[in-house]
Amino acid sequence: MLHNKSFVKKTKAGKVMKQVREHYLRDDIYCGAPFCKVCDTSAARLSDSASTVLVLDTNVVLNQIDLLENPAIDDVVVLSIVLEEVKNKNMAVYNRIRAICSNSLRKFFVFSNEYHRDTYVKEMSGETKNDRNDRAIRVATQWYQSHLGDAVKVLLITNDKENKRKATEEGIRAETVESYVKSLARSDLLDLVVRPSSEDVDMEEVEDLRPSKRKVIYTEHKPMSEITSGLHRGIYHQGKLRVNRYNPFEAYVGSESIGDEITIYGRTNMNRAFDGDIVAVELLPQDQWREEKSLSIACDEDEDEDEDVHLAPSSADDAPRTIPQQGSIGETNPISSRPSGCVVGIIKRNWHSYCGSLEPMPMPAGSGGVAHALFVSKDRRIPKIRIQTRQLENLLDKRIIVAVDSWDRQSRYPSGHYVRTIGEIGDRDTESEVVLIENDINSRPFSSQVLACLPPLPWSVSSVDLTNPIRQDLRNLRVFSVDPPGCRDIDDALHCTALPNGNFEVGVHIADVTNFVHPGTPLDEEAAQRGTSVYLVERRIDMLPKPLTEDICSLRADVERLAFSVIWEMTPEADILSTKYTKSVIKSSAALSYVEAQARMDDSRLMDPVTTDLRNMNSLAKKMRLRRIEKGALTLASAEVKFQIDTETHDPLDIGMYQIREANQMVEEFMLAANVSVAEQILRSFPSCSLLRRHPTPTREMLEPLLRTAAVIGLHLDVTSSKALADSLDHAVGDDPYFNKLIRILATRCMTQAVYFCSGDLSPPEYHHYGLAAPLYTHFTSPIRRYADVIVHRLLAASLGIFKLPPIFRDRPQLTSISDNLNYRHRNAQMAGRASVELHTLIYFRNRPTDTEARIVKIRSNGFIVFVPKYGIEGPVYLIPRTEKGGGEWYVDEQQQKIKKMDGSLSYSILQPVTIHMEVVEPQPHRPKLQLTLI
Amino acid sequence: MEYVSPEGLRLDGRRPMEMRQIRAEIGAVAKADGSAVFEMGNTKVIAAVYGPREVQNKSQLIGDQALVRCEYSMANFSTGDRRRKQKGDRRSTEISLVIRQTMEACIMTHLMPRSQIDIYVQVLQADGGTRCACINAATLALADAGIPMRDLVTSCSAGYLNSTPLLDLNYVEDSAGGPDVTVGILPKLDKVTLFQMDSKLPIDILDNVMQLAIEGCKAVANYIREILLENTKELEYRRGV
Ligand SMILES: [Zn+2]
Repeated sequence: MLHNKSFVKKTKAGKVMKQVREHYLRDDIYCGAPFCKVCDTSAARLSDSASTVLVLDTNVVLNQIDLLENPAIDDVVVLSIVLEEVKNKNMAVYNRIRAICSNSLRKFFVFSNEYHRDTYVKEMSGETKNDRNDRAIRVATQWYQSHLGDAVKVLLITNDKENKRKATEEGIRAETVESYVKSLARSDLLDLVVRPSSEDVDMEEVEDLRPSKRKVIYTEHKPMSEITSGLHRGIYHQGKLRVNRYNPFEAYVGSESIGDEITIYGRTNMNRAFDGDIVAVELLPQDQWREEKSLSIACDEDEDEDEDVHLAPSSADDAPRTIPQQGSIGETNPISSRPSGCVVGIIKRNWHSYCGSLEPMPMPAGSGGVAHALFVSKDRRIPKIRIQTRQLENLLDKRIIVAVDSWDRQSRYPSGHYVRTIGEIGDRDTESEVVLIENDINSRPFSSQVLACLPPLPWSVSSVDLTNPIRQDLRNLRVFSVDPPGCRDIDDALHCTALPNGNFEVGVHIADVTNFVHPGTPLDEEAAQRGTSVYLVERRIDMLPKPLTEDICSLRADVERLAFSVIWEMTPEADILSTKYTKSVIKSSAALSYVEAQARMDDSRLMDPVTTDLRNMNSLAKKMRLRRIEKGALTLASAEVKFQIDTETHDPLDIGMYQIREANQMVEEFMLAANVSVAEQILRSFPSCSLLRRHPTPTREMLEPLLRTAAVIGLHLDVTSSKALADSLDHAVGDDPYFNKLIRILATRCMTQAVYFCSGDLSPPEYHHYGLAAPLYTHFTSPIRRYADVIVHRLLAASLGIFKLPPIFRDRPQLTSISDNLNYRHRNAQMAGRASVELHTLIYFRNRPTDTEARIVKIRSNGFIVFVPKYGIEGPVYLIPRTEKGGGEWYVDEQQQKIKKMDGSLSYSILQPVTIHMEVVEPQPHRPKLQLTLI
Repeated sequence: MEYVSPEGLRLDGRRPMEMRQIRAEIGAVAKADGSAVFEMGNTKVIAAVYGPREVQNKSQLIGDQALVRCEYSMANFSTGDRRRKQKGDRRSTEISLVIRQTMEACIMTHLMPRSQIDIYVQVLQADGGTRCACINAATLALADAGIPMRDLVTSCSAGYLNSTPLLDLNYVEDSAGGPDVTVGILPKLDKVTLFQMDSKLPIDILDNVMQLAIEGCKAVANYIREILLENTKELEYRRGV
């Protein structure tokens, strides 16, 4: 049956055009009930004995997705018109409802009502699109009822009063979400129901609990039409709002229209915008650019945001943003030159669900079991969220997930609803899960479709592999691997053979992961999504299933394995004469740990072949390293912490800094060289679609904190180039043996991290890797745990003509989105790793109050921030207790970066060593934190 | 953009392997020696054939075979925006050439030396796949004009969107910018006479997409045969045979 839809549409050029689209109506769309006598039931999804079938209205899907995700809701028909409307309004919710529909454990059926000849409705004259769609939903509900007969109750679930009224008039059974959930008699489900904001009356109560808080009323958001015209005329600026991770009262909007970042101070100016929202911003008059800042400080104190003890940052991405304070040295401009503004409207919300806990509160008396509580997110960028719950007693000591629903002008905080409980606060497993959820890390077991892509076990190298002409048989080579102790996913191995001409043949052999992970398979898609393995202190979340990571791909000792090899001929001076790339079969003769390898090299009595190879390689590596440093590569330092974990309880037994040995550096050197060689090779063959890694040159502004600190202690650092900086860092030696390391740590944290990118998106000078002083770099050496390396393996294989380049490489936007995802996943994996270390530090010190040495790294008006090298943490030490305001006893000397006592009896200056006491305290029940005090 | 829903339906309600409704009518232009209207969904084209007749421009005369000329145009009202299209722009010149070459390959030109055959095709309404519709209309018009042919030529397109091969793209699908394969076949001889593609496709997928387009061509051929048979019967009836 054919039907032409005609409609008018405005084109981009502003012309109004009549469009005619064909619309085929079918008779082969089935109802999805397995007990149906009429339909084809092969694709049926509803349960065999469904007595009630739910048809959802669009508003239910849009607002109640958390409820729908709960397995208690089943036998649901999702109409295609509903999906279409949801897709237009909220892509994130659309993806979630689609995920439910495709989940084989759930009984959700998509009914293409728009293409069914009996359920398609034509727009009537004078009817709005919305009314037409509502009618389509009712028609489909009615069709289901008459199609399935009286034995089944078909229920339309809608929160739209008008739609419900009309449905009842037409003889359709309809209910609101709330009344339906109530009929299920499950109180826990009721918490998941999002209430319309009109019912929100007693929400004020929760704010009254804190009488000292004044009620904030936000300015109204401008209507969309006004925003559009404002953007057009250039009085508003559009951009994504990013809230400062370390100061939630400060946010930035990168605006293309003014080519600068607009700073937004205070929640009032942020005007209910969340981190990640696309907002429209209006600039404040220039004379207010500074005043706004002092206002934000008042706001700061309003909410008692404490600075917590945290892991010392290892790059600028982890550190708080420092904007030069007024009146500090070198600042002559009294009025900030940074534009600041306020949010006038929100173009697109970035609301999702958040992890955290409820603010401690007394149990309310007699409010019918429903309590109003404030939820505090772990992510400090998110404001507190008001929720209603019937299970307050249960939730107070729990980590929970809460989703945001609305934020109206009259309320200080947004309102949301409870989604689910993770576990008890402070419990290690709960907190680890929080870390994973917070960082959007998928730790679910691999699906059966993914596991089906694995080769059958036990796997071994077959004769087919050995005779394959693309694979070289290198089993005769003396290959070995050097890794951290206990490493089970060995993705690299090395060999070094002395050649008769005095040169060396050096090979880097990398696990041939792409031999098992084929493009476009579920396994490949899963790995691309995960992007990287995540290393927490007590567990590892793999990018690939265990049989691959620990067995089939792992280059373990004494077994034959497939590899992708880079083989150089090098002179004894470590000059590369030739480079060869080949797929290979190797048999590792030893899997050494760094300690073992180091011990072998150091033990002069040992003369066995592997030790000789190690020594040769080490001498080559030292020369390569020296050459790299001469070119300007930075030797940076970060405080990497290592835990010793109890194998049974998984509690941390001891922590300390990670010790770097020569053997580590040796392996690292060859990996760097292999990555550089591969980067050159793939870029030669695929100049526009190679995946590379760049490290942007830090701007002077980024290095400012380092320079200020250095200036105070009389150290001159030249930052004009990486080479100059490397040299001045080398010369920065004091009487204090730790001084140089400390300066390097401070330098490292001023720089941003390296990022992946697609070579077609940038021009060659931008490919530069600042930290390594290399014009080209990529990741090739860890395909077991990084997806970037998998992509690079495919590129390298294609450049050798061994394999075809998968079609995805022809699609530049998709390639860019892959590299964006990899950067996002890497960042998250790192943050999760850091959060996990912070968590274990807290657990470790719970019963171990400790005195230790620390360094002052920042001076504050009421104390200073110290860095504890031994444990790699950083945190505030207060000279003036926080409860005391003002405290005229101490004053700060900005020039000298000192905090001095008024009577001159005591002073502390930057980089000065101090002894501190570390102890875990619980200022509020279930909220343990590490406290640093001066001894 | 989702061009095929997870339920396996395209934006206009078709399944991936389904063609739009086709409709044909012979003899729409009484003055011409042969004519036909051909519709594929909302794409509607008209073709008129004149000839074989005397060569108009003697310098183009070919001694041992017929001269085939083709003129393709789009009616100004054929697309939504009613833009005045310049005659003889690059695109219509190219399509004219494609149609001429395709038709020439199946007309038995050696039977009609020193003569000329003119094929006029005009798009009345465009909704994707105009090229295929033009060829199909031209085939019908040539048959109607009684011009000797080796076989029918039929054409159909196929594309590849959302990792799914799709038969007979409409305008929305065509504008998606994905690969678009146009195939013309001689159904009885089982030969491909026209093959065009925009954009790139891996070779194994290309094979699938092309097979799909060929299936489409065969379906068109069956339909055209039916129409011709019906037409012949009607003629017989009118002549009172
Ligand atoms: Zn049925």
